[in-house]
Amino acid sequence: MKEINEINLPDDLKYSKDHEWARFENQYVTIGVTDYAQDQLGDIVFVELPQKGDVFKKGDEFGNVESIKAVSELYMPLGGKIFEVNAAFENHPDLANTSPYEKGWMIKVENDNADNINDLMGKDKYYKYLQGIE
Amino acid sequence: MRYLPHTKEDIEIMLSRIGISSLDELFPTISENCHSKKLPDLPEALTEWELCDLMNIYSRNTASGTKYKNFIGAGNYEHYIPSTIYYLLERSEFLTAYTPYQPEISQGTLQAVYEYQSLVSRLLGMEVANASLYDGASALAEALLMAIRIKKKKKVLISSLIHPHYRQVVNTYFKFTDFQVDEIPYLENGLTDISILNDTDDVAAVAVQSPNFFGCIESLKSFSEAALKKDMLFIVCFSEPFAYGLLKNPGSQGADIACGEGQSFGVSQLFGGPGLGMFASKMKFVRNMPGRLVGKTNDLDKKRGFVLTLATREQHIRREKATSNICTNNSLCAIAAAIYISSLGGTGLQKLAKLNYDKSEYLKKKFINAGLPATFKSPTFNEFVVKFPKGFKSLRNSILKNKIIPGLCLEKYYPELSDHYLICATETKSKEDLDLFVKEVLS
Repeated sequence: MKEINEINLPDDLKYSKDHEWARFENQYVTIGVTDYAQDQLGDIVFVELPQKGDVFKKGDEFGNVESIKAVSELYMPLGGKIFEVNAAFENHPDLANTSPYEKGWMIKVENDNADNINDLMGKDKYYKYLQGIE
Repeated sequence: MRYLPHTKEDIEIMLSRIGISSLDELFPTISENCHSKKLPDLPEALTEWELCDLMNIYSRNTASGTKYKNFIGAGNYEHYIPSTIYYLLERSEFLTAYTPYQPEISQGTLQAVYEYQSLVSRLLGMEVANASLYDGASALAEALLMAIRIKKKKKVLISSLIHPHYRQVVNTYFKFTDFQVDEIPYLENGLTDISILNDTDDVAAVAVQSPNFFGCIESLKSFSEAALKKDMLFIVCFSEPFAYGLLKNPGSQGADIACGEGQSFGVSQLFGGPGLGMFASKMKFVRNMPGRLVGKTNDLDKKRGFVLTLATREQHIRREKATSNICTNNSLCAIAAAIYISSLGGTGLQKLAKLNYDKSEYLKKKFINAGLPATFKSPTFNEFVVKFPKGFKSLRNSILKNKIIPGLCLEKYYPELSDHYLICATETKSKEDLDLFVKEVLS
Protein backbone atom coordinates (compact mmCIF):
# COMPACT_ATOMS: atom_id res chain seq x y z
CA MET A 1 0.00 0.00 0.00
CA LYS A 2 1.08 3.56 -0.69
CA GLU A 3 2.46 5.97 1.87
CA ILE A 4 0.32 9.11 2.28
CA ASN A 5 2.90 11.25 0.45
CA GLU A 6 2.74 8.84 -2.50
CA ILE A 7 -1.00 9.37 -3.01
CA ASN A 8 -1.77 11.22 -6.22
CA LEU A 9 -4.09 14.18 -5.59
CA PRO A 10 -4.70 16.46 -8.60
CA ASP A 11 -4.95 20.18 -7.88
CA ASP A 12 -8.16 20.83 -9.82
CA LEU A 13 -10.39 18.40 -7.87
CA LYS A 14 -12.54 18.60 -4.78
CA TYR A 15 -12.55 15.77 -2.24
CA SER A 16 -15.03 14.28 0.26
CA LYS A 17 -14.44 12.54 3.60
CA ASP A 18 -15.75 9.32 2.03
CA HIS A 19 -12.84 9.47 -0.44
CA GLU A 20 -14.75 10.47 -3.54
CA TRP A 21 -13.44 13.21 -5.81
CA ALA A 22 -15.46 15.72 -7.84
CA ARG A 23 -14.43 17.67 -10.91
CA PHE A 24 -16.64 20.72 -11.49
CA GLU A 25 -17.25 21.62 -15.08
CA ASN A 26 -19.85 23.94 -16.59
CA GLN A 27 -22.84 21.67 -16.99
CA TYR A 28 -21.94 18.76 -14.81
CA VAL A 29 -19.73 17.37 -12.06
CA THR A 30 -17.67 14.25 -12.67
CA ILE A 31 -17.27 11.91 -9.69
CA GLY A 32 -14.97 8.99 -8.88
CA VAL A 33 -12.97 7.49 -6.02
CA THR A 34 -9.60 8.87 -4.96
CA ASP A 35 -6.20 7.28 -5.42
CA TYR A 36 -6.21 6.69 -1.65
CA ALA A 37 -9.53 4.80 -1.84
CA GLN A 38 -8.49 2.57 -4.74
CA ASP A 39 -5.17 1.84 -3.03
CA GLN A 40 -6.91 0.83 0.19
CA LEU A 41 -9.46 -1.35 -1.62
CA GLY A 42 -6.94 -3.31 -3.63
CA ASP A 43 -7.81 -5.04 -6.92
CA ILE A 44 -11.31 -3.95 -7.89
CA VAL A 45 -13.33 -6.72 -9.56
CA PHE A 46 -16.79 -5.19 -9.89
CA VAL A 47 -18.34 -1.73 -9.82
CA GLU A 48 -22.08 -1.27 -9.43
CA LEU A 49 -23.32 2.12 -10.61
CA PRO A 50 -26.76 3.80 -10.76
CA GLN A 51 -28.88 4.48 -13.84
CA LYS A 52 -28.93 7.70 -15.83
CA GLY A 53 -31.72 9.88 -14.48
CA ASP A 54 -31.53 8.62 -10.89
CA VAL A 55 -31.61 11.41 -8.33
CA PHE A 56 -29.53 11.41 -5.14
CA LYS A 57 -28.97 13.65 -2.15
CA LYS A 58 -25.52 14.43 -0.81
CA GLY A 59 -24.35 11.46 1.28
CA ASP A 60 -26.65 8.95 -0.44
CA GLU A 61 -25.21 5.62 -1.48
CA PHE A 62 -25.00 5.63 -5.30
CA GLY A 63 -23.31 2.30 -5.88
CA ASN A 64 -20.61 -0.01 -4.60
CA VAL A 65 -17.15 -1.20 -5.39
CA GLU A 66 -16.19 -4.82 -4.93
CA SER A 67 -12.55 -5.65 -4.46
CA ILE A 68 -11.08 -9.07 -3.78
CA LYS A 69 -11.20 -8.16 -0.08
CA ALA A 70 -14.49 -6.41 0.50
CA VAL A 71 -17.48 -4.57 -0.89
CA SER A 72 -17.54 -0.84 -0.14
CA GLU A 73 -20.32 1.63 -0.67
CA LEU A 74 -19.97 4.74 -2.80
CA TYR A 75 -21.42 7.95 -1.36
CA MET A 76 -22.49 11.07 -3.23
CA PRO A 77 -20.12 13.98 -2.45
CA LEU A 78 -22.97 16.26 -3.54
CA GLY A 79 -26.62 15.97 -4.53
CA GLY A 80 -28.02 15.84 -8.05
CA LYS A 81 -29.39 13.96 -11.01
CA ILE A 82 -27.24 11.39 -12.82
CA PHE A 83 -26.33 12.74 -16.24
CA GLU A 84 -24.00 9.97 -17.41
CA VAL A 85 -22.58 6.70 -16.10
CA ASN A 86 -19.21 5.26 -17.12
CA ALA A 87 -20.15 2.14 -19.06
CA ALA A 88 -16.51 1.08 -19.37
CA PHE A 89 -16.65 -0.45 -15.87
CA GLU A 90 -18.80 -3.29 -17.11
CA ASN A 91 -15.82 -4.92 -18.83
CA HIS A 92 -12.97 -3.12 -17.08
CA PRO A 93 -13.66 -2.82 -13.35
CA ASP A 94 -9.93 -2.26 -12.76
CA LEU A 95 -10.12 1.21 -14.36
CA ALA A 96 -10.65 2.63 -10.87
CA ASN A 97 -7.27 1.15 -9.93
CA THR A 98 -5.31 2.03 -13.05
CA SER A 99 -6.75 5.45 -13.78
CA PRO A 100 -8.81 6.72 -10.82
CA TYR A 101 -9.04 10.33 -12.06
CA GLU A 102 -9.33 9.85 -15.82
CA LYS A 103 -10.62 6.64 -17.39
CA GLY A 104 -11.90 5.50 -13.99
CA TRP A 105 -14.47 8.28 -13.53
CA MET A 106 -17.76 6.81 -12.33
CA ILE A 107 -20.68 9.19 -12.78
CA LYS A 108 -21.47 12.66 -14.07
CA VAL A 109 -24.08 14.64 -12.14
CA GLU A 110 -25.99 17.68 -13.36
CA ASN A 111 -24.48 20.74 -11.76
CA ASP A 112 -27.46 22.70 -10.57
CA ASN A 113 -26.33 23.75 -7.12
CA ALA A 114 -23.51 26.29 -6.93
CA ASP A 115 -23.10 25.78 -3.19
CA ASN A 116 -22.05 22.18 -3.73
CA ILE A 117 -18.46 23.13 -4.28
CA ASN A 118 -18.04 24.84 -0.89
CA ASP A 119 -18.92 21.72 1.10
CA LEU A 120 -15.95 19.78 -0.23
CA MET A 121 -12.26 19.79 0.62
CA GLY A 122 -9.47 21.13 -1.56
CA LYS A 123 -6.33 19.09 -2.19
CA ASP A 124 -4.40 20.37 0.86
CA LYS A 125 -7.28 19.94 3.29
CA TYR A 126 -7.93 16.40 2.05
CA TYR A 127 -4.23 15.59 2.35
CA LYS A 128 -4.30 16.70 6.00
CA TYR A 129 -7.48 14.68 6.51
CA LEU A 130 -5.66 11.58 5.20
CA GLN A 131 -2.74 12.21 7.56
CA GLY A 132 -5.25 12.25 10.42
CA ILE A 133 -6.66 8.84 9.36
CA GLU A 134 -3.32 7.08 9.14
CA MET B 1 -17.05 -38.96 31.10
CA ARG B 2 -17.08 -35.31 32.11
CA TYR B 3 -18.22 -32.89 29.46
CA LEU B 4 -17.60 -29.72 31.45
CA PRO B 5 -13.94 -28.78 31.49
CA HIS B 6 -14.13 -26.43 34.48
CA THR B 7 -13.39 -27.60 38.02
CA LYS B 8 -15.16 -26.20 41.05
CA GLU B 9 -12.05 -24.11 41.74
CA ASP B 10 -12.02 -22.74 38.18
CA ILE B 11 -15.63 -21.68 38.53
CA GLU B 12 -15.03 -20.01 41.90
CA ILE B 13 -12.08 -18.04 40.52
CA MET B 14 -14.20 -16.83 37.62
CA LEU B 15 -17.14 -15.91 39.86
CA SER B 16 -14.96 -13.92 42.27
CA ARG B 17 -13.25 -12.19 39.34
CA ILE B 18 -16.56 -10.77 38.11
CA GLY B 19 -17.78 -10.15 41.66
CA ILE B 20 -20.65 -12.54 42.18
CA SER B 21 -21.02 -15.48 44.54
CA SER B 22 -23.04 -18.04 42.58
CA LEU B 23 -23.80 -19.08 39.00
CA ASP B 24 -27.49 -18.35 39.57
CA GLU B 25 -26.65 -14.68 39.88
CA LEU B 26 -25.80 -14.72 36.17
CA PHE B 27 -29.45 -15.25 35.26
CA PRO B 28 -31.54 -12.65 37.10
CA THR B 29 -33.18 -11.55 33.84
CA ILE B 30 -34.82 -14.95 33.44
CA SER B 31 -37.93 -15.12 35.56
CA GLU B 32 -37.98 -17.53 38.52
CA ASN B 33 -40.67 -19.84 37.11
CA CYS B 34 -38.57 -20.48 34.00
CA HIS B 35 -35.65 -21.82 36.03
CA SER B 36 -35.22 -25.57 35.96
CA LYS B 37 -34.38 -26.61 39.49
CA LYS B 38 -33.54 -30.23 38.85
CA LEU B 39 -32.80 -32.46 35.92
CA PRO B 40 -35.70 -34.47 34.48
CA ASP B 41 -35.89 -38.12 35.58
CA LEU B 42 -34.13 -40.02 32.87
CA PRO B 43 -34.15 -43.81 32.66
CA GLU B 44 -30.95 -45.77 33.19
CA ALA B 45 -28.62 -46.00 30.22
CA LEU B 46 -29.27 -48.92 27.86
CA THR B 47 -26.86 -51.32 26.22
CA GLU B 48 -26.59 -51.28 22.42
CA TRP B 49 -28.75 -54.45 22.24
CA GLU B 50 -31.45 -53.01 24.43
CA LEU B 51 -31.42 -49.73 22.55
CA CYS B 52 -31.77 -51.47 19.18
CA ASP B 53 -34.74 -53.43 20.51
CA LEU B 54 -36.35 -50.23 21.75
CA MET B 55 -35.83 -48.44 18.44
CA ASN B 56 -37.26 -51.43 16.57
CA ILE B 57 -40.41 -51.18 18.67
CA TYR B 58 -40.69 -47.47 17.87
CA SER B 59 -40.09 -48.21 14.22
CA ARG B 60 -42.84 -50.88 14.13
CA ASN B 61 -45.30 -48.41 15.61
CA THR B 62 -44.52 -45.71 13.08
CA ALA B 63 -46.24 -45.47 9.72
CA SER B 64 -43.02 -45.33 7.79
CA GLY B 65 -40.70 -47.63 5.97
CA THR B 66 -41.61 -50.40 3.58
CA LYS B 67 -44.48 -51.87 5.60
CA TYR B 68 -46.78 -48.96 4.83
CA LYS B 69 -48.00 -47.81 1.45
CA ASN B 70 -47.81 -44.07 1.81
CA PHE B 71 -49.79 -41.93 -0.66
CA ILE B 72 -48.80 -38.62 0.88
CA GLY B 73 -46.31 -36.44 -0.98
CA ALA B 74 -47.06 -32.78 -0.31
CA GLY B 75 -43.48 -31.58 -0.41
CA ASN B 76 -41.71 -34.69 0.85
CA TYR B 77 -41.57 -37.53 -1.63
CA GLU B 78 -40.84 -41.22 -1.45
CA HIS B 79 -38.42 -42.11 -4.22
CA TYR B 80 -36.18 -45.12 -4.46
CA ILE B 81 -32.66 -44.27 -3.34
CA PRO B 82 -29.98 -46.41 -5.00
CA SER B 83 -27.31 -47.84 -2.69
CA THR B 84 -24.59 -45.94 -4.56
CA ILE B 85 -25.82 -42.80 -2.80
CA TYR B 86 -25.32 -44.15 0.72
CA TYR B 87 -22.05 -45.82 -0.19
CA LEU B 88 -20.50 -42.66 -1.63
CA LEU B 89 -22.00 -40.30 0.96
CA GLU B 90 -20.56 -42.31 3.81
CA ARG B 91 -17.04 -41.78 2.56
CA SER B 92 -15.39 -39.77 5.30
CA GLU B 93 -14.16 -37.15 2.82
CA PHE B 94 -17.79 -36.17 2.25
CA LEU B 95 -19.39 -37.18 5.53
CA THR B 96 -17.12 -35.33 7.92
CA ALA B 97 -16.36 -32.23 5.88
CA TYR B 98 -17.69 -28.89 7.00
CA THR B 99 -18.34 -26.01 4.65
CA PRO B 100 -15.04 -25.69 2.78
CA TYR B 101 -13.38 -22.40 3.62
CA GLN B 102 -9.90 -23.52 2.66
CA PRO B 103 -9.69 -24.43 -1.00
CA GLU B 104 -6.15 -25.74 -0.54
CA ILE B 105 -7.41 -28.74 1.41
CA SER B 106 -11.00 -29.02 0.18
CA GLN B 107 -10.67 -29.67 -3.55
CA GLY B 108 -12.77 -32.87 -3.46
CA THR B 109 -15.70 -31.34 -1.60
CA LEU B 110 -15.53 -28.17 -3.66
CA GLN B 111 -15.53 -30.12 -6.90
CA ALA B 112 -18.50 -32.22 -5.77
CA VAL B 113 -20.43 -29.05 -4.88
CA TYR B 114 -19.41 -27.46 -8.19
CA GLU B 115 -20.80 -30.51 -10.00
CA TYR B 116 -24.02 -30.15 -7.98
CA GLN B 117 -24.30 -26.48 -9.02
CA SER B 118 -23.73 -27.39 -12.67
CA LEU B 119 -26.40 -30.12 -12.56
CA VAL B 120 -28.94 -27.83 -10.85
CA SER B 121 -28.28 -25.09 -13.42
CA ARG B 122 -28.92 -27.53 -16.25
CA LEU B 123 -31.98 -29.08 -14.64
CA LEU B 124 -33.61 -25.72 -13.99
CA GLY B 125 -32.34 -24.08 -17.18
CA MET B 126 -30.73 -21.25 -15.20
CA GLU B 127 -27.35 -19.60 -15.67
CA VAL B 128 -26.01 -19.97 -12.13
CA ALA B 129 -26.90 -22.07 -9.08
CA ASN B 130 -25.56 -21.71 -5.55
CA ALA B 131 -24.12 -24.43 -3.33
CA SER B 132 -27.62 -24.96 -1.77
CA LEU B 133 -29.63 -23.52 1.10
CA TYR B 134 -31.42 -25.29 3.97
CA ASP B 135 -34.64 -26.30 2.26
CA GLY B 136 -37.27 -25.22 -0.25
CA ALA B 137 -39.02 -22.95 2.25
CA SER B 138 -35.98 -20.88 3.22
CA ALA B 139 -34.88 -20.82 -0.43
CA LEU B 140 -38.17 -19.15 -1.37
CA ALA B 141 -37.90 -16.59 1.45
CA GLU B 142 -34.35 -15.79 0.36
CA ALA B 143 -35.48 -15.47 -3.28
CA LEU B 144 -38.13 -12.92 -2.31
CA LEU B 145 -35.61 -10.90 -0.30
CA MET B 146 -33.20 -11.04 -3.23
CA ALA B 147 -35.87 -9.65 -5.55
CA ILE B 148 -36.57 -6.83 -3.08
CA ARG B 149 -32.85 -5.95 -3.09
CA ILE B 150 -32.70 -5.92 -6.87
CA LYS B 151 -35.93 -4.05 -7.57
CA LYS B 152 -35.76 -1.78 -4.50
CA LYS B 153 -39.49 -2.19 -3.95
CA LYS B 154 -41.19 -3.28 -0.76
CA LYS B 155 -43.93 -5.63 -1.86
CA VAL B 156 -43.95 -9.19 -3.21
CA LEU B 157 -46.74 -11.44 -4.45
CA ILE B 158 -46.85 -15.15 -3.74
CA SER B 159 -49.30 -17.72 -5.01
CA SER B 160 -51.62 -19.29 -2.42
CA LEU B 161 -50.76 -22.58 -4.13
CA ILE B 162 -47.19 -22.45 -2.92
CA HIS B 163 -46.61 -25.11 -0.24
CA PRO B 164 -48.31 -23.88 3.00
CA HIS B 165 -45.15 -24.51 5.04
CA TYR B 166 -43.08 -22.42 2.62
CA ARG B 167 -45.55 -19.56 2.95
CA GLN B 168 -45.37 -19.87 6.71
CA VAL B 169 -41.58 -19.61 6.62
CA VAL B 170 -41.80 -16.61 4.27
CA ASN B 171 -44.14 -14.88 6.72
CA THR B 172 -41.73 -15.58 9.57
CA TYR B 173 -38.83 -14.11 7.57
CA PHE B 174 -40.89 -11.03 6.71
CA LYS B 175 -42.62 -10.52 10.05
CA PHE B 176 -40.14 -7.96 11.38
CA THR B 177 -39.34 -6.21 8.12
CA ASP B 178 -41.02 -3.29 6.34
CA PHE B 179 -41.81 -5.57 3.42
CA GLN B 180 -45.25 -6.78 2.48
CA VAL B 181 -46.25 -10.24 1.24
CA ASP B 182 -49.58 -10.54 -0.58
CA GLU B 183 -51.08 -13.90 -1.50
CA ILE B 184 -52.66 -14.49 -4.89
CA PRO B 185 -55.87 -16.55 -4.74
CA TYR B 186 -56.39 -19.66 -6.85
CA LEU B 187 -59.04 -20.46 -9.44
CA GLU B 188 -61.49 -23.33 -9.88
CA ASN B 189 -59.11 -25.05 -12.28
CA GLY B 190 -56.48 -25.40 -9.54
CA LEU B 191 -54.19 -22.70 -10.92
CA THR B 192 -53.00 -19.35 -9.55
CA ASP B 193 -55.15 -16.38 -10.62
CA ILE B 194 -52.81 -14.56 -13.00
CA SER B 195 -55.30 -11.72 -13.57
CA ILE B 196 -54.26 -10.25 -10.20
CA LEU B 197 -51.03 -9.11 -11.84
CA ASN B 198 -52.89 -6.67 -14.10
CA ASP B 199 -54.05 -4.59 -11.15
CA THR B 200 -50.78 -4.58 -9.22
CA ASP B 201 -48.02 -2.05 -9.38
CA ASP B 202 -44.83 -1.33 -7.51
CA VAL B 203 -44.14 -4.98 -6.76
CA ALA B 204 -40.62 -6.47 -6.61
CA ALA B 205 -41.53 -10.02 -7.58
CA VAL B 206 -44.19 -12.63 -8.11
CA ALA B 207 -43.56 -16.21 -6.94
CA VAL B 208 -45.41 -19.20 -8.35
CA GLN B 209 -44.93 -22.88 -7.59
CA SER B 210 -45.11 -25.43 -10.39
CA PRO B 211 -46.27 -28.12 -10.06
CA ASN B 212 -48.23 -26.26 -7.40
CA PHE B 213 -49.37 -27.64 -4.03
CA PHE B 214 -52.37 -29.31 -5.73
CA GLY B 215 -50.01 -30.96 -8.22
CA CYS B 216 -51.28 -28.76 -11.07
CA ILE B 217 -48.84 -27.46 -13.67
CA GLU B 218 -48.89 -23.67 -13.85
CA SER B 219 -48.45 -21.73 -17.08
CA LEU B 220 -45.05 -20.29 -16.24
CA LYS B 221 -44.67 -18.57 -19.58
CA SER B 222 -47.81 -16.46 -19.04
CA PHE B 223 -46.58 -15.43 -15.59
CA SER B 224 -43.13 -14.46 -16.84
CA GLU B 225 -44.66 -12.32 -19.60
CA ALA B 226 -47.06 -10.63 -17.18
CA ALA B 227 -44.23 -10.06 -14.68
CA LEU B 228 -42.02 -8.52 -17.34
CA LYS B 229 -44.78 -6.09 -18.33
CA LYS B 230 -45.10 -4.96 -14.71
CA ASP B 231 -41.32 -4.72 -14.19
CA MET B 232 -41.26 -7.37 -11.47
CA LEU B 233 -39.01 -10.39 -11.17
CA PHE B 234 -40.48 -13.82 -11.75
CA ILE B 235 -39.65 -16.47 -9.16
CA VAL B 236 -40.44 -20.10 -9.89
CA CYS B 237 -40.70 -22.29 -6.82
CA PHE B 238 -40.99 -26.08 -6.67
CA SER B 239 -41.34 -28.91 -4.19
CA GLU B 240 -40.96 -31.73 -6.72
CA PRO B 241 -38.05 -31.00 -9.09
CA PHE B 242 -38.59 -34.39 -10.76
CA ALA B 243 -41.27 -32.60 -12.77
CA TYR B 244 -38.54 -30.85 -14.75
CA GLY B 245 -37.38 -34.20 -16.06
CA LEU B 246 -40.56 -34.06 -18.13
CA LEU B 247 -41.82 -30.46 -18.20
CA LYS B 248 -40.19 -27.32 -19.60
CA ASN B 249 -37.73 -25.97 -17.05
CA PRO B 250 -38.16 -22.60 -15.28
CA GLY B 251 -35.30 -20.93 -17.16
CA SER B 252 -36.79 -21.65 -20.58
CA GLN B 253 -40.08 -20.17 -19.34
CA GLY B 254 -38.50 -16.86 -18.36
CA ALA B 255 -37.79 -17.35 -14.65
CA ASP B 256 -35.44 -14.79 -13.09
CA ILE B 257 -34.96 -16.96 -9.99
CA ALA B 258 -35.78 -20.67 -9.56
CA CYS B 259 -35.80 -22.15 -6.09
CA GLY B 260 -37.27 -25.05 -4.17
CA GLU B 261 -36.85 -28.37 -2.47
CA GLY B 262 -34.43 -30.98 -3.80
CA GLN B 263 -35.24 -33.79 -1.34
CA SER B 264 -36.60 -35.92 -4.19
CA PHE B 265 -33.07 -36.38 -5.51
CA GLY B 266 -31.55 -39.02 -3.27
CA VAL B 267 -32.29 -37.48 0.13
CA SER B 268 -34.23 -39.71 2.56
CA GLN B 269 -37.56 -38.50 3.92
CA LEU B 270 -36.10 -38.49 7.44
CA PHE B 271 -39.21 -37.36 9.37
CA GLY B 272 -39.41 -34.32 7.10
CA GLY B 273 -35.85 -32.98 7.19
CA PRO B 274 -33.12 -31.97 6.56
CA GLY B 275 -34.05 -30.94 3.05
CA LEU B 276 -32.12 -29.43 0.20
CA GLY B 277 -32.70 -25.83 -0.81
CA MET B 278 -32.02 -25.53 -4.51
CA PHE B 279 -31.41 -21.98 -5.69
CA ALA B 280 -30.57 -20.65 -9.13
CA SER B 281 -30.83 -17.36 -10.99
CA LYS B 282 -29.83 -15.39 -14.03
CA MET B 283 -26.14 -14.51 -14.08
CA LYS B 284 -26.80 -10.77 -14.00
CA PHE B 285 -28.23 -11.15 -10.48
CA VAL B 286 -25.38 -13.28 -9.12
CA ARG B 287 -24.07 -10.55 -6.82
CA ASN B 288 -27.42 -10.39 -5.09
CA MET B 289 -27.65 -14.14 -4.62
CA PRO B 290 -27.69 -15.55 -1.08
CA GLY B 291 -25.51 -18.42 0.10
CA ARG B 292 -22.23 -19.97 -0.88
CA LEU B 293 -20.98 -20.27 -4.40
CA VAL B 294 -18.24 -22.57 -5.67
CA GLY B 295 -16.29 -21.46 -8.71
CA LYS B 296 -13.75 -23.02 -11.03
CA THR B 297 -10.45 -21.29 -11.70
CA ASN B 298 -6.81 -21.85 -12.62
CA ASP B 299 -3.93 -21.65 -10.18
CA LEU B 300 -0.55 -20.01 -10.89
CA ASP B 301 0.59 -23.13 -12.74
CA LYS B 302 -2.54 -22.99 -14.93
CA LYS B 303 -3.94 -26.08 -13.22
CA ARG B 304 -7.68 -26.35 -12.64
CA GLY B 305 -8.85 -25.64 -9.11
CA PHE B 306 -12.08 -24.96 -7.20
CA VAL B 307 -12.72 -22.12 -4.76
CA LEU B 308 -15.48 -20.43 -2.84
CA THR B 309 -16.18 -17.39 -4.96
CA LEU B 310 -17.94 -14.03 -4.65
CA ALA B 311 -17.62 -14.35 -0.88
CA THR B 312 -17.76 -10.55 -0.63
CA ARG B 313 -21.56 -10.92 -0.72
CA GLU B 314 -21.43 -12.92 2.47
CA GLN B 315 -21.95 -12.15 6.10
CA HIS B 316 -18.48 -12.90 7.41
CA ILE B 317 -17.05 -10.27 5.05
CA ARG B 318 -19.83 -7.81 4.44
CA ARG B 319 -21.55 -7.88 7.82
CA GLU B 320 -24.91 -6.11 7.83
CA LYS B 321 -24.81 -5.50 4.07
CA ALA B 322 -24.55 -9.20 3.27
CA THR B 323 -27.06 -10.73 0.87
CA SER B 324 -28.17 -13.22 3.52
CA ASN B 325 -27.34 -14.41 7.02
CA ILE B 326 -26.90 -17.90 5.61
CA CYS B 327 -23.18 -18.55 5.35
CA THR B 328 -23.32 -22.28 4.89
CA ASN B 329 -24.93 -24.90 2.67
CA ASN B 330 -26.51 -28.34 2.98
CA SER B 331 -23.42 -29.89 1.50
CA LEU B 332 -24.10 -33.54 2.22
CA CYS B 333 -27.65 -33.35 0.84
CA ALA B 334 -26.38 -31.41 -2.18
CA ILE B 335 -23.74 -34.05 -2.85
CA ALA B 336 -26.41 -36.77 -2.49
CA ALA B 337 -28.46 -34.95 -5.14
CA ALA B 338 -25.41 -34.60 -7.40
CA ILE B 339 -24.71 -38.33 -7.14
CA TYR B 340 -28.38 -39.16 -7.68
CA ILE B 341 -28.82 -36.96 -10.76
CA SER B 342 -25.57 -38.10 -12.33
CA SER B 343 -26.44 -41.76 -11.64
CA LEU B 344 -29.71 -41.30 -13.54
CA GLY B 345 -28.26 -39.15 -16.31
CA GLY B 346 -30.42 -37.00 -18.60
CA THR B 347 -32.39 -39.83 -20.14
CA GLY B 348 -32.73 -41.71 -16.84
CA LEU B 349 -34.19 -38.63 -15.19
CA GLN B 350 -36.67 -38.22 -18.01
CA LYS B 351 -37.66 -41.90 -17.90
CA LEU B 352 -38.16 -41.89 -14.15
CA ALA B 353 -40.13 -38.64 -14.31
CA LYS B 354 -42.36 -40.24 -16.97
CA LEU B 355 -42.82 -43.29 -14.76
CA ASN B 356 -43.88 -41.05 -11.87
CA TYR B 357 -46.30 -39.22 -14.13
CA ASP B 358 -47.76 -42.48 -15.48
CA LYS B 359 -48.31 -43.95 -12.00
CA SER B 360 -50.23 -40.92 -10.78
CA GLU B 361 -52.20 -40.69 -14.04
CA TYR B 362 -53.17 -44.36 -13.69
CA LEU B 363 -54.35 -43.74 -10.14
CA LYS B 364 -56.22 -40.60 -11.20
CA LYS B 365 -58.00 -42.58 -13.91
CA LYS B 366 -58.93 -45.36 -11.49
CA PHE B 367 -60.56 -42.78 -9.24
CA ILE B 368 -62.40 -41.21 -12.20
CA ASN B 369 -63.74 -44.65 -13.18
CA ALA B 370 -64.86 -45.10 -9.58
CA GLY B 371 -66.84 -41.85 -9.76
CA LEU B 372 -64.29 -39.79 -7.86
CA PRO B 373 -62.87 -37.33 -10.41
CA ALA B 374 -59.93 -35.07 -9.60
CA THR B 375 -61.21 -31.80 -8.14
CA PHE B 376 -59.05 -29.61 -10.36
CA LYS B 377 -59.09 -30.16 -14.09
CA SER B 378 -55.64 -28.78 -14.93
CA PRO B 379 -52.90 -31.26 -15.88
CA THR B 380 -50.92 -32.55 -12.90
CA PHE B 381 -47.59 -34.17 -12.12
CA ASN B 382 -47.28 -36.86 -9.41
CA GLU B 383 -50.04 -35.42 -7.23
CA PHE B 384 -53.71 -34.53 -7.53
CA VAL B 385 -56.68 -33.62 -5.34
CA VAL B 386 -59.75 -35.82 -4.91
CA LYS B 387 -62.86 -35.18 -2.86
CA PHE B 388 -63.73 -38.30 -0.94
CA PRO B 389 -67.33 -39.04 0.12
CA LYS B 390 -68.56 -37.54 3.39
CA GLY B 391 -67.73 -39.72 6.34
CA PHE B 392 -64.43 -40.75 4.82
CA LYS B 393 -62.67 -39.84 8.05
CA SER B 394 -63.92 -42.98 9.81
CA LEU B 395 -63.14 -45.14 6.78
CA ARG B 396 -59.66 -43.60 6.78
CA ASN B 397 -58.87 -45.24 10.11
CA SER B 398 -59.67 -48.70 8.81
CA ILE B 399 -57.61 -48.05 5.69
CA LEU B 400 -54.73 -47.01 7.95
CA LYS B 401 -55.08 -50.31 9.79
CA ASN B 402 -54.46 -52.05 6.47
CA LYS B 403 -51.18 -50.14 6.28
CA ILE B 404 -52.25 -47.70 3.57
CA ILE B 405 -51.94 -43.94 4.15
CA PRO B 406 -54.59 -42.47 1.86
CA GLY B 407 -53.29 -38.97 1.10
CA LEU B 408 -53.15 -35.68 2.96
CA CYS B 409 -56.34 -34.08 4.25
CA LEU B 410 -56.30 -30.52 2.83
CA GLU B 411 -58.83 -28.95 5.22
CA LYS B 412 -56.15 -27.85 7.68
CA TYR B 413 -54.38 -25.79 5.00
CA TYR B 414 -57.36 -24.84 2.84
CA PRO B 415 -60.48 -24.76 5.10
CA GLU B 416 -62.75 -24.48 2.05
CA LEU B 417 -61.55 -27.91 0.89
CA SER B 418 -63.12 -30.17 3.51
CA ASP B 419 -63.09 -33.88 2.54
CA HIS B 420 -60.46 -33.09 -0.11
CA TYR B 421 -57.28 -35.15 -0.13
CA LEU B 422 -53.95 -34.56 -1.85
CA ILE B 423 -52.81 -37.88 -3.25
CA CYS B 424 -49.35 -38.74 -4.48
CA ALA B 425 -48.05 -41.76 -6.36
CA THR B 426 -44.36 -42.05 -7.19
CA GLU B 427 -42.41 -44.84 -8.89
CA THR B 428 -42.32 -46.69 -5.54
CA LYS B 429 -45.97 -47.78 -5.92
CA SER B 430 -46.74 -50.92 -7.94
CA LYS B 431 -49.92 -51.41 -9.97
CA GLU B 432 -51.15 -53.72 -7.18
CA ASP B 433 -50.56 -50.97 -4.60
CA LEU B 434 -52.53 -48.47 -6.68
CA ASP B 435 -55.40 -50.91 -7.31
CA LEU B 436 -55.53 -51.87 -3.64
CA PHE B 437 -55.65 -48.22 -2.57
CA VAL B 438 -58.66 -47.47 -4.80
CA LYS B 439 -60.37 -50.66 -3.65
CA GLU B 440 -59.90 -49.71 0.00
CA VAL B 441 -61.32 -46.21 -0.56
CA LEU B 442 -64.40 -47.66 -2.27
CA SER B 443 -64.98 -50.34 0.39
